[in-house]
Amino acid sequence: MSQTKTKDHAALAAAFIKDEERVDWHDGALWYIREKRDIAAKQIPEWEELREAASMIKSNVISNLHEYLLQFEANLKKNGVMVHWADNAQEHNEIVYSILKAKEISQMVKSKSMLTEECHLNEYLEEHGIEVINSDLGEYIQQIDNEPPSHIVLPCIHKRKEEIGELFHEHLGTEKGLSDPTLLTRVARKHLRNIFLTRRGALTGVNFAVAETGEYVVCTNEGNADMGAHLSEVQIASMGLEKLIPQKKHLGIFLRLLARSATGQPITIYSSHYKKPREGQEMHLILVDGGRTRQLGRPDFRESLKCIKCGACMNTCPVYRKSGGLSYHNTISGPIGAILAPNLDMEKHADLPYASTLCGSCSNVCPVKINIHEQLYKWRQVIVKEGYAANTKALGMKTMAWTLSSPGKFTTAGKAGRWFLHNIPFVVNNKFNPWYKQRDMPEGPRESFAEWFIKNKE
Amino acid sequence: MNVGLFIPCYVNQFYPNAAKATLELLQKSGVNVVYPVKQTCCGQPMANSGFEHLSKECNDLFIKNFSAFDYIVGPSASCILHIKEHLHSDKNEEQAAAIRTKVFELVEFLTDVLKIEKLDAVFPHKVGLHHSCHGLRGLYLSQMSELNAPAFSKPQYLLNMVKGLEQITLDRPDECCGFGGVFCISEEAVSVKMGKDRVTDHLKNGAEYITSSDLSCLMHLEGILHRNKSSVKVIHIAEILNATI
Repeated sequence: MSQTKTKDHAALAAAFIKDEERVDWHDGALWYIREKRDIAAKQIPEWEELREAASMIKSNVISNLHEYLLQFEANLKKNGVMVHWADNAQEHNEIVYSILKAKEISQMVKSKSMLTEECHLNEYLEEHGIEVINSDLGEYIQQIDNEPPSHIVLPCIHKRKEEIGELFHEHLGTEKGLSDPTLLTRVARKHLRNIFLTRRGALTGVNFAVAETGEYVVCTNEGNADMGAHLSEVQIASMGLEKLIPQKKHLGIFLRLLARSATGQPITIYSSHYKKPREGQEMHLILVDGGRTRQLGRPDFRESLKCIKCGACMNTCPVYRKSGGLSYHNTISGPIGAILAPNLDMEKHADLPYASTLCGSCSNVCPVKINIHEQLYKWRQVIVKEGYAANTKALGMKTMAWTLSSPGKFTTAGKAGRWFLHNIPFVVNNKFNPWYKQRDMPEGPRESFAEWFIKNKE
Repeated sequence: MNVGLFIPCYVNQFYPNAAKATLELLQKSGVNVVYPVKQTCCGQPMANSGFEHLSKECNDLFIKNFSAFDYIVGPSASCILHIKEHLHSDKNEEQAAAIRTKVFELVEFLTDVLKIEKLDAVFPHKVGLHHSCHGLRGLYLSQMSELNAPAFSKPQYLLNMVKGLEQITLDRPDECCGFGGVFCISEEAVSVKMGKDRVTDHLKNGAEYITSSDLSCLMHLEGILHRNKSSVKVIHIAEILNATI
C-alpha cells in the first residue's frame, strides 16, 4: 500500500484506465451486477417501501445507539458470549491476540470482515506469530496476492480468471495456464477444507446484530463463516458499533434488501445466526468504535453509519467502474468509502469526495437510502474549510468567484476567452489544459448571447 | 406571466444558439420573457468544488437580477438544480427562498407550468437523448432506472411532438457522461473514459444527434466526438423543440 500514500484517486485511476480493455471488462462485470440488482428489485412491488423502512430502522438505531448497545451487551452476556469493547484498531487487534494467546492458538481462519481489513488485523497477528487464512474465496485470492480487497462484496472483481490461475499456479501448485473458474474453485475448496478442519480459532464479521436477543447474523454465499465457526474451539466476531438492529423481526426487511442490492440474489445462500457457544466452545464478540462515534457526532455525515455494506453504490458508480476499487486507497472504496474515509483521516482522504460527478445514482440504489452524493458535496465544503484543498485550486476558485460576481468582469473575461479560442486556439488547446488532452474545446462563437441580445432585442 | 430568462455563463459565452432557441420557444408559448443582461453565473463551479463560501456574491447578484419575476427559466438542468438546492443569502434569505421555488429548467417549465400539448417543430433526424444526472435525479425530469417506480420522461414527451424525429434506444439510458464540473479537469482520465463510453452507446445505436437539457454534458461529449472526427453532432433540446425547416 506504499504507492497509495503519495498518489491520489485521480492518478491511481489514470493508471488503471491505461489498460482500456481491462476497464471495459471491469465496467461490464459490475454493470451486469447492477442490472441483476435492478431485475431483483423490480420483482418486489414494495421495494421502495422496504428501503424506506430499512432507512428508518437504521435512523432509529443510530439515534439510540447507546441504549441498543447496552441491551445487546446484556443479552450477549446472558447467552454466554464474552463481550469486549475496542476504541480503535489497535485495541481490537490486541483483544483478538490476547484471546488466541490465552488458548495457545497460533493459526486462525477468518471469514469476510471489512472491519478487520480496516484494522489491518492480519498484519498485526502475523507480526505476533499467528497465521491467518482468509476463507472467503475472493479475500483468499487477494491475500495470496498481498493486495487489499478492491470491493467490499467482490474482493477480487478487478482480477481476471487468467491472473487468478497464475496466482494459484504459484501458490497452490495448479497446472500452469489453468484458468477455468470451476476447476480453480475446486482446488481452493480442497485447500480451505483442510484449513477449516485444523484451525482451533475462527473469526467472522457481523452483518446484523440483534439487540433484543443478543444474536448476530453473518451472511455468506460460500458457507465459509459456518465452516470456520462450527469447527473452532474459540469463535470470535468483530463488529462495528453501527451494525445493530433493534429486533429480530427487522431481519426480514434487511435480509430481503441485502442480497438483492449486493448481487441481485433473492437472499445470500447462508444467513447464519450465532447466539450461544457450543459446549466446550468459547465465543467472543468485539464491539469496535474506530471513529464511528466521531462520525455520529457530525450531523451532516452521521447517516453514513446506516450502511449495511451491500456494495450496490460501487456497482452503480460509473467512476468506480472505470477506476477500480484500489484507486480509492481505503478499505471501503467507492461512493460509501468516499464519505466514510474523510472521517478517519481528512488529509489523507481529501481527494475521495472529489472522485465523483455527483450523479446521484449511489443514493438511489442504496437500500437504506443514505444521501451519499449530498454528503460528498458537503465533505468538499468541509475539506476546503479545514484547509485540505490544493493551493492552486483555491487560487483558481477565488479568481473565478471574483470574475463571476461582477457582470462587467464576466463580460470582459468571456470576450477574452472566446477571442483566444477563435484566433489563437493553441493558447487554450495545449497539453497544459487537461480538457484538451483528449477533448476539443468548443468552437468560440463570434458573439455571446448577451451581445446578440443587446444588439438585436433591447 | 413574467418570466426571467436565466442563461448560464458558459451557455451565454459558448452556445448562444441554445439561448436564442430558449428565448424564442418561450416567446412562442406566449409568455413575457425578460433577459436581465447583467447576469453571470449560478455559483455552482465554486460550490461543487467545495468553495460554497466564495459563491455568496454570485448568489446576491442572482437574487438582484431575478427576484422580480413570477418564474425564472433556464436551459440548463444542472444550474437550475444548483439554484434550487443551494441559493442562499445572508442579506436576502427571504428572496432567496422565494427564488428556489420559482426557478425552472426549460423542459419542466414547458411540461409542468405551461403544460404544452403540441409544438410546430420539425427535426427529421435520429436523436439520442442524454439525461443529465442533475436533470434526471435532481429535478426528476424522467424516471431513473435505479427506482422501482412508474416510468415517465418529460424531455421524451416533448421530443415526441417533434415531426420527423426518431428517438434511438440506448443500452444504458441514464448513465452519467462524466462531465461533473470540476471533475472533468481534476479526474481527466475517468471523465474522458466515461464520456467515450457514452458516445459509443449513442453511435452504436445510430444517433445522428445527441441532445440533452444540459449543455455542460453536451460540451464534454462534443469535445470527444470532435476529437475523434465523428460526424455526429450535439444539440441542445431547445434547438430541436424550436426547429423548423
